Amino acid sequence: MDAENIININGNKISFEKDETILEVAKRNSIDIPVLCHLKGATTTGSCQVCVVEIDGSSDLVTSCSTKAEKGMNIKTESPKVVESRYNTIQKFLSSGNHNCAISRSDGSDWTSFQMNVQKDDQSKELCPVWGDCELQDLAYRYQVTANPLKHVPSELPMETANPFIVRDFSRCILCGKCVRACREIQVNDAIEFDNPESPTKIIASSDDKVLKDSDCVFCGECIQVCPVGALVEKDVRYKIRPRDTEKVRTTCSYCGVGCQMHLHVKDDKIVKVTGVEGAPPNYGSLCVKGRFGYNFIDSPERLTTPLIKENGEFREATWEEAFTHVADNFNRIKKDHGSDSIGVLTSARVSNEENYLANKFTRAVLKTNNIDHCARL
Amino acid sequence: MAGLAAAFGSGAMTNTIGDLEEADVILATGTNTTENHPVLSSFLKRAVKFNDAKIIVIDPRQIKLTDYADKWLRQNLGTDVAWINGLMHVIIKEDLHDKTFVENRTKGFEEVKKIVEKFTPEYVEEITGIPAQDLIDAARMYANAKAGCIVYCMGITQHVTGTDNVKSLANLAMLCGNMGIPGGGVNPLRGQNNVQGACDMGGLPNVYTGYQPVTNDDIRKKFEAKWGVSDLSPDVGLTVTAMVPMAHEGKVKAIYVIGENPLVSDPDLNHAKACFSHLDFLVVQDIFMTETAKIADVVLPSSCFAEKDGTFSNTERRVQRIRKAVNPPGKAKDDWKIICEISTKMGYSMAYESPEAIFREIADVTPSYAGLDYNRIDDIGLHWPCPTPDHPGTPILHTEQFPCGKGNFHDIDYIPPAEKTDEEYPMYLTTGRVIYHYHTGTMTRKSEGLNERSPESFVEISQNDASKYNVEDGSNVKVASRRGEITAKLKVSKIAVDGTVFIPFHFAEAAANTLTNAALDPVSKIPEYKVCAVTLSPAA
Repeated sequence: MDAENIININGNKISFEKDETILEVAKRNSIDIPVLCHLKGATTTGSCQVCVVEIDGSSDLVTSCSTKAEKGMNIKTESPKVVESRYNTIQKFLSSGNHNCAISRSDGSDWTSFQMNVQKDDQSKELCPVWGDCELQDLAYRYQVTANPLKHVPSELPMETANPFIVRDFSRCILCGKCVRACREIQVNDAIEFDNPESPTKIIASSDDKVLKDSDCVFCGECIQVCPVGALVEKDVRYKIRPRDTEKVRTTCSYCGVGCQMHLHVKDDKIVKVTGVEGAPPNYGSLCVKGRFGYNFIDSPERLTTPLIKENGEFREATWEEAFTHVADNFNRIKKDHGSDSIGVLTSARVSNEENYLANKFTRAVLKTNNIDHCARL
Repeated sequence: MAGLAAAFGSGAMTNTIGDLEEADVILATGTNTTENHPVLSSFLKRAVKFNDAKIIVIDPRQIKLTDYADKWLRQNLGTDVAWINGLMHVIIKEDLHDKTFVENRTKGFEEVKKIVEKFTPEYVEEITGIPAQDLIDAARMYANAKAGCIVYCMGITQHVTGTDNVKSLANLAMLCGNMGIPGGGVNPLRGQNNVQGACDMGGLPNVYTGYQPVTNDDIRKKFEAKWGVSDLSPDVGLTVTAMVPMAHEGKVKAIYVIGENPLVSDPDLNHAKACFSHLDFLVVQDIFMTETAKIADVVLPSSCFAEKDGTFSNTERRVQRIRKAVNPPGKAKDDWKIICEISTKMGYSMAYESPEAIFREIADVTPSYAGLDYNRIDDIGLHWPCPTPDHPGTPILHTEQFPCGKGNFHDIDYIPPAEKTDEEYPMYLTTGRVIYHYHTGTMTRKSEGLNERSPESFVEISQNDASKYNVEDGSNVKVASRRGEITAKLKVSKIAVDGTVFIPFHFAEAAANTLTNAALDPVSKIPEYKVCAVTLSPAA
């Protein structure tokens, strides 16, 4: 450890690497500094102001995401001054738009009239669609913040639902800009931006504020995954699924050869949502439109559910026992009458390694031919 | 993959996906990356936007990636060998090649030097339509890169000269010493989730798992001992593109299709249908009643990726887990269980307690997978070759030497596409995919959202051609080749190049492969999907 490169966070001496920010040093040492707008791998903006910390000898608080660690810094992450600043920042967010988690109005002051208005905007009697899965709500709870009804700024912007995948609810957007950086710096689809980078009022698609479906958006959904609030939500998930009711199963995407790591969110034996696995190669959280939204085929009513045997040109349902016997008998017959090389197997670039291995073993060891291929050529 | 195997001794992406961001210069050809490999395309775009990398795109269509390109060369369809030889001509003539690498790591350079001599930029322009100066600029850009990487996909392989195209790209990479280094390499992008795995697992007529040849006596004896059988066939089997016509001749009597839909994906579909209908016995195992399942004698319902445990191997040779999240519908069963039951019924008992048990057997018989197990890949997958349990896997291939020792240069001459345009069929057709759909559409076309974004097939042509053939954007047009005809909606687009029609192949009701040519690459047996001659007219 280089004795020079030491900072003090909350009374603990901690070493840092060159060019590391205070936030990065803290994260690496499991010191929790809350932040809403920070996005790994993208430009740091410090726009949300939640990650402020106090440094001895400095009169102003600094944003830890954009301040580099320097030798001898004495940092406090939860001082009264820091907590007060965070309280005010969070309250400002909560007081604008439709943040109708009960927490935001837990003092009950104007809850009824507020909720009635939000219900009208949402066309739903439910609480916020990301209730229980919202970073702003978590912070409000952590710092016991309620909205200030006197400062309430209602949202004038209508919700956008005119595409099959993404609901854009501007009333819940805190303009942190994470979605913009995800779109422009991670996926590089360059579909969305701030209307006015200096003092933004809206995230717009294309410079002339189109709806997503008429813009350059390709619906990768990276923006939904990074949104810390309920401004961007999957259309199929909104008000139907609460995260506490689902279980996450990690797997590998079954579309192209990139092999993105994904979580399947399961409720009642049904896949209801898909997210990318953060921090893991090869995709580091990113997915494409097929991976994120193309899962409906799994519980399609058109799935095959029973073995079928064709008789007189028509399929009839069969038991597995019948089907296995029928297949085995015919393969044995053809092998005997016409030789092993009169049978071929087309295995699949879609099934698992284990299944391809068995198809290879079956073809060579049982059918006794090397007539096996798959559609890599096609 | 045959081309890379011939050049290096192994056919797979030589570098990793993450490694693409390390390149100074990326040469991307025959890959519409933003539509077909969207997440991977973001690595390319980030390299350009944030790492000052340069991309050379060589593609007839004005694909999205051209927006990010420093150089976009628009070659005539099927002329890839010519421009690659042209690049090498310029590089050798200007003495930009890596002489140390060529000397120490390769053989056959002199023959290549000789063959590319005639591929002057002017001669290449005549064949490919690429302006001579653009070719020279691109050659300098790639050759002067510290790390230059080549990325390609089916636009390179789906030609009668597909193997030649790939060997030529391997020549180019070796010539500039771009092998075995971070940010370099020759990188084929795999179109389907487990194509790499299907190849690795012996889903090929000439090799067992890990590319162990069926013609090698010792290897065969090893498998006979491991599997407890005798008389494994020493003869290379039939490829899919040979198997199907042999059905027509009556030499192949039965086909067992697992999770494939050749009646949409095969070239010259009318002929393929005729072939399949000659079969004595057809078994199709799938998750849907596909076009192929409809003509089967027996259909076996299987489970999909979300309903079972196992592994996939991705395009960068990374072996990763899949895990069961939900139960399969009705009586549907995992493919591995179905194969076991059929085998056992036929008198060869196959009994495994789990996919993990099968994987242990794979590691036991496959040197490149020998060090892998489910524990090691539980969180982050590993890249084969991984020969021992303490081996960290191999992200970059060929750092010290090639599996075949020295890398093989191949002297390759240009051969034109199998089918030329003429008076009757004056336009070229090329096929491909769109971002919202996947292969034959079996899965994506069941998704309402994806269908809303991309509901139907289309015929994409340039504005000039629309005027020339007097057809209107949005109207129905008939496209015919010597093999068949289809009708679909016309889409006039700036992406299209004059003289060429593009049609996606996802849509069975207007199947592009009704038109395509079944002419095959003589080595890889890949059909020439990417070029055939067609005619266009307003639909009645």
